[in-house]
Amino acid sequence: MSSDAPLVLGIETSCDETGVGIVRGETLLADEIASSVDEHARFGGVVPEVASRAHLEAMVPTIERACRTAGVGLRDLDAVAVTSGPGLAGALMVGVASAKALALSLGVPLYGVNHLASHVAVDIVEHGPLPEPTLALLVSGGHSSLLLVPDVTHDVRSLGSTIDDAAGEAFDKVARVLGMPFPGGPHIDRAARSGEVALDFPRGLTTGRDMQRYRFDFSFSGLKTAVSRWVAAREASGEPVPVADVAASFQEAVVDVLTRKAVLACREHGVGHLQIGGGVAANSRLRAMAAERCAAAGVELRVPRPGLCTDNGAMVAALGAQMVLRGRTASDLSLPADSSLPVTVVQS
Amino acid sequence: MLILGIDTATSAIAVGLSDGERTASALRIDPKGHAEHLAPLVGDLLAGEGVSPGELTAIVVGTGPGPFTGLRVGMVTGLTMGHALGVPVHGICSLDVLAHQALCDECESGRPGHRLRTHGDVLVATDARRKEVYWARYRVGAAPDGRQALLPLTQPAVDRPAELPADLRELPTAGRGPVLYPDLFPHPVGPLDVDGGVLARLGALGLRDGRDMPVEPLYLRRPDALTTAERGAGR
Repeated sequence: MSSDAPLVLGIETSCDETGVGIVRGETLLADEIASSVDEHARFGGVVPEVASRAHLEAMVPTIERACRTAGVGLRDLDAVAVTSGPGLAGALMVGVASAKALALSLGVPLYGVNHLASHVAVDIVEHGPLPEPTLALLVSGGHSSLLLVPDVTHDVRSLGSTIDDAAGEAFDKVARVLGMPFPGGPHIDRAARSGEVALDFPRGLTTGRDMQRYRFDFSFSGLKTAVSRWVAAREASGEPVPVADVAASFQEAVVDVLTRKAVLACREHGVGHLQIGGGVAANSRLRAMAAERCAAAGVELRVPRPGLCTDNGAMVAALGAQMVLRGRTASDLSLPADSSLPVTVVQS
Repeated sequence: MLILGIDTATSAIAVGLSDGERTASALRIDPKGHAEHLAPLVGDLLAGEGVSPGELTAIVVGTGPGPFTGLRVGMVTGLTMGHALGVPVHGICSLDVLAHQALCDECESGRPGHRLRTHGDVLVATDARRKEVYWARYRVGAAPDGRQALLPLTQPAVDRPAELPADLRELPTAGRGPVLYPDLFPHPVGPLDVDGGVLARLGALGLRDGRDMPVEPLYLRRPDALTTAERGAGR
């Protein structure tokens, strides 16, 4: 992309990562992150107030680092983008206020963008222009959504989402049952590699009437309960818990449902591209099974590298740059942080 | 010298400008609207005064204590603006500003004040939610150079108002504490909310006096969560 492509800084503070990314057009220049995950580990989960305090401390230093890495000055920026929702309200507000302060000080336009749309847009800086429409499966500790994306800057449609726990949340909860630390995803993934898929755990919303009523929705709460009960019964009987087998069987159940519904959605909506994003996209079994099933269905699979799947500022900058390139109107300086911003509202 | 003051430690969103002598202020009351309204309020104040952001020489933020979410909006706005504009950012306790407003004759007309109206002590009590107030006690005294000065007698604290000693509660009290608990704080004095112009002017005075004004949020409460170890210990 030429040097006159828009230079956009993106800020992401919807959960526990303070992310600042800088993109020029469709080229990633910097992706800096300050994570408070270690501070949350001793609480066994993300504590919103702990996250917000960490964002305040990390905000300006992370902006500085991103500029240094990108080799640009703030005065070179053409626009600022920020996650305005959905996410933790207090955490979002730190990023939104900071982005507004940048826009006001530098006299550049501000784009308040949807966190989920950003997860889709980030692949542009990894694998080039997004084939539109694309189908996106976003799976993290806070979200599990299937989206149909005709235009990532203004037309994102929800096909389905979790009706209870997010996929990543189920990983965290099952990890806790198995005595693994938070966040649980990587630990389950690792343990599962030496385990067998020996236990038949339930696949929520995949049969009979559920497949009509909740065709592209997910449910992981029943699965989590089934695993907890199985482990509790095993412990009560005095037998050792086969941790690796439980991890592998649980993971298989989650990944099976996610990929089965994603590929089905591609087929039924006539979409030839599936993109996976969100923290759970770092799961090795999800990547492997998605690759297998997409290949069998003739669907092109795109998964950004793990660092771009988890929350980061680059994805916000990537979407912001698309907004500029496609001539979208900037957001107002009075844009609110919206913790429950609907996935279909790409820009606020 | 041209200083921008920002305070979001109370239900008010307060901004102001001071060149050391003249001040200007703007205020909007919206306990949940800090993130929404602060930047536009700053923009309007600067535009109204014919000032471009690049002309600012320093920024001073109220560091609370105050409800956390709102407090952080003002602080991160000030810190980010300072970084973007390449100017220093300083912090002043928001209760100090209210005490100055309560005691300083000329503050209300927005001019630098050396004469203080009241002699004796003043209490500042603001809404800390959860049936508590943030508070601090101040005294009018003499600075080392002989000028009258406002001296904090206590560190800012957070408590249930009924648990404060009666002689403390009887003092002239600024802030919204007396509005919320009129029976417990029987002697309200204005003002209710931080004046951004007074904050900016205090910043100017602090810079003149070479005072250290750290930008540290005064939370006074730890995050509301138990660690897994604490949960395990049955707390």
